[in-house]
Amino acid sequence: MGMPVLAMSRLAWRNLWRNYRRTLIMLLAIALGVWAMIFMTSLLRGMVDDMVRQGVSALPGHVQVHASGYRDDPSVMNSLPSPDKALLDVLNSEQVSAWSSRIKVPAMISSEYDNAGVSLIGVDPEGELALGFKADDIIEGRFLSAADDNGIVVGEKLLHRLETRLGKRIVVMSQDPENAIAERGFRIVGVFSAELKNLEENMVYAGRDVVQKMLGMGTDISEIAVLDFDYREPEELTSIIRLVLPADHEVLSWLELDPYLGTMMRVMNGFVLVWMVVIFLALSFGLVNTLMMAIFERVREIGLMRALGMRPSAIVYQILVESVMLLVLGLIIGNLAAIGTIVLLKDGIDISAVAEGMEMMGASSMLYPVLQWADLILANTVVIVLGIITSLLPAWRASQYRPVEALSRT
Amino acid sequence: MSAISCKDLCKYYQQGDAVIKGLDYVSLEIDQGSFICLSGPSGSGKTTLLNAIGGLDSLDSGEIAIDGERVDLLGKSALADLRLHKIGFVFQAYNLIPVLSARENVEFVMQVQGVGTAERRQRSLRILQEVGLEGMEDRRPAQLSGGQQQRVAVARAIVSQPKLVLADEPTANLDSESMEKLMQHFRDLNRIHKVTFLIATHDQRVMEWADRLISMEDGRVIRDELQKAH
Repeated sequence: MGMPVLAMSRLAWRNLWRNYRRTLIMLLAIALGVWAMIFMTSLLRGMVDDMVRQGVSALPGHVQVHASGYRDDPSVMNSLPSPDKALLDVLNSEQVSAWSSRIKVPAMISSEYDNAGVSLIGVDPEGELALGFKADDIIEGRFLSAADDNGIVVGEKLLHRLETRLGKRIVVMSQDPENAIAERGFRIVGVFSAELKNLEENMVYAGRDVVQKMLGMGTDISEIAVLDFDYREPEELTSIIRLVLPADHEVLSWLELDPYLGTMMRVMNGFVLVWMVVIFLALSFGLVNTLMMAIFERVREIGLMRALGMRPSAIVYQILVESVMLLVLGLIIGNLAAIGTIVLLKDGIDISAVAEGMEMMGASSMLYPVLQWADLILANTVVIVLGIITSLLPAWRASQYRPVEALSRT
Repeated sequence: MSAISCKDLCKYYQQGDAVIKGLDYVSLEIDQGSFICLSGPSGSGKTTLLNAIGGLDSLDSGEIAIDGERVDLLGKSALADLRLHKIGFVFQAYNLIPVLSARENVEFVMQVQGVGTAERRQRSLRILQEVGLEGMEDRRPAQLSGGQQQRVAVARAIVSQPKLVLADEPTANLDSESMEKLMQHFRDLNRIHKVTFLIATHDQRVMEWADRLISMEDGRVIRDELQKAH
């Protein structure tokens, strides 16, 4: 480029601060844009992560095994035998974080005052806790102690709806394999609260062995829920489990069990890029304007540099170096501000004022920003690459000034 | 072969309905090592001729050759290279880069040429001393008087040892003593290093230093004569 990079950088740096007010305003704009890119993306990621986490924990598991037809008719007719040795070997291997077998059938729950349709879930409490049921969610009483525990745990919202309380008896009614009514009385031993309030109304937990006995299922089960170590890539574990099961078993990852969530996650990456580009486009008008003003004020100087022997390409390079310096400074400030904001808000943002709307989307009322390195790199890359592209036109125009005309400007 | 050869140079400017003749069939031959002053009233074409020879402005017609190379046919990058390596400019308005110090302004051309740091610094400090600006190397143009700025501009023009120096009113803001020193410096460069000088000036005292005096009027050369220099 005809001039050492260090000398060009020094000249560019000094030119940046000739009009320090304008430079500061532009820096603030870039920093704000970068902050918005990174911070808002982290909130979106956090929201999607939360939705996926909530959705996966409601399923539960990253992978589920059912009998074919169960998902269309989740009754006791479509049950599975307990896991055999081949499946147990996979489920107990290092690839699996946790697993549990469950009964899950539609049922009717009745108190003295009211009744409601629910999903009766027969669980092994140890497995259920490993799958993500949080012990802290129990707000009254206790969770089940064993798979043969005779108690029942209901949601807080359901408790109020049934106008009953901890310690009272309720009756649960469902269907057995002969299509006959199967019913049993349970004592409420625990009340749980969930971030998604609809879960409190729809799910009731009883001991797996007790439910199997109530429904006359023997040792059959409705589903096996399996937890991977990373929810983002469940396909591999799904394939491994499929290999050890007969064809009439349906093995599905959460991406297939909840296509909405899967789509959300897949769309998220594309959305993040679009979001960043849109913010940058808004920024770019200011950047171009700043560069054009800086060039306009220095037309004579640019003419001088041409007259002294700088090639047009060197003029372009000079302007680009200035632009890149401005962008890098803005990036540093914006990145620090975004990371600082995310750290400060690591305990979450309470958006319970719009909690009901969030619940419809499957997200909780606490929003936790999630910073991914890929998003950080993407934001910085978008700003630098698009920034250089945006700066090319003003830089090229500067290089095309005829020296004699430029020198004659006042 | 002449160092500079100008043949039938024409440059016209449109001003409303009128056509202003910047250069009107100007032809000149200038040998290497010449020390020439261009004189004439404002608008006579002195600056236009300097700009044309230096490749800063285009011509409507005519040919210019420097060391046999046709300047009028060169592209932008080639013209930039020509100016960088062969020509030094001293402009009427000193035209210093305001964010650079005096020394950095002087070093600018050498930086673009790729001269090493140590040599650049040594030459720039020496030349600033020769033009009487020792101790002011680190001052920025805004901290220098008009005359001091002009001397920095002159230093910049000659520090890279060009073959040709084109100077437009180089002594305009200098006092007599500074003017004398500057012209002596020019003559030394001319005599010792055979640098060709083409100086546009109104100043009679400057004209006395020239070997050859070319007078212009309305874009034409009206007189071209040798004289005994100072």
